Amino acid sequence: MIATATTGSNLVLVVAVFLACVVEMVEALTIVVAVGKTRSWRSALEGVAVAIAALTLLVAIFGPALATIPLGSLRLIIGGILLIFGLQWLRKAILRSAGYIAKHDEDVIFANTAAQLSNAAGNRDRVAFIVSFKGVFLEGLEVVVTVLTLGASSHQLGLASATAGVALVLVAAVGAIVARQLSNVPENAMKMTVGIMLVSYGTFWSGEGLKLAWPGNNAMLPILVGIYALVSWFVIALLKHDPVEVHEASL
Amino acid sequence: MSETKQALVIRIIKGFAFFWWDFLVGDTPELFVGTVLVLGIAAMTSLLGHLRVLTVIVLPVSVLLMLLVSVLRVVRAKRSS
Repeated sequence: MIATATTGSNLVLVVAVFLACVVEMVEALTIVVAVGKTRSWRSALEGVAVAIAALTLLVAIFGPALATIPLGSLRLIIGGILLIFGLQWLRKAILRSAGYIAKHDEDVIFANTAAQLSNAAGNRDRVAFIVSFKGVFLEGLEVVVTVLTLGASSHQLGLASATAGVALVLVAAVGAIVARQLSNVPENAMKMTVGIMLVSYGTFWSGEGLKLAWPGNNAMLPILVGIYALVSWFVIALLKHDPVEVHEASL
Repeated sequence: MSETKQALVIRIIKGFAFFWWDFLVGDTPELFVGTVLVLGIAAMTSLLGHLRVLTVIVLPVSVLLMLLVSVLRVVRAKRSS
């Protein structure tokens, strides 16, 4: 029973980290491909390399530091961060699915980035390097926070890091093949899944940090995933059919 | 420390602070404030032995309410505009 629950929570961890990493990496890849195609592949890839080096340095500094914080406090803080981050993702995914905000379009991002770059003044290689670096560093920072928080709180930092590594290799390989067809990635569905998982983890670890006794211990995690998924689906269905009544009734 | 180094340090600190502000607050301050409030209340109720069981239910329900309020905030704004 305990072994099954642990395997289940590990599976949730792997899926959450993998999808979160894929979403962020696809965004970074869009920028890098746009920079590479319109400016200079060499400078774009240099920007990627420096950004990855900077992120590695951050992980090397902050990764071991997490181990020195008392577990209860760490879980409460991390749970809070995951809750906020997950709720932001889930909210956006619900609103996109219900048609209240526009879906994230990688082709539009590609076109906008390419247009900005072709109009940019100044040293060509420098612009390509900076845009590529910023894109990879900022999206990568979100990946780092996700991997560190989820990995450290569940004592599975190695598993979380390995999953992120697999996601990186996969996105890079697929990116190299499909290059511009990034809009085919079902970004909103992935964002919804990640949002649900982050909120579930956030709730679970906050509770653990507060020393709550969850029914079934680790088995509560997939149950939370199910509850949040069900409510999200219900909210989307209501918003799609009758926004006014939903608005009034749900508050 | 030279002025150039000081300016660089300040820029890094500002960038770091901006990242966390954007990451945690951004355009959804209600989720940040709500989470702090929910965890604060949960922390208080979990200290009281007889309310600890209740917190197990209150925590996920509060999270869902926070999500609904934030979603409906956008729905209301979109419909009134």
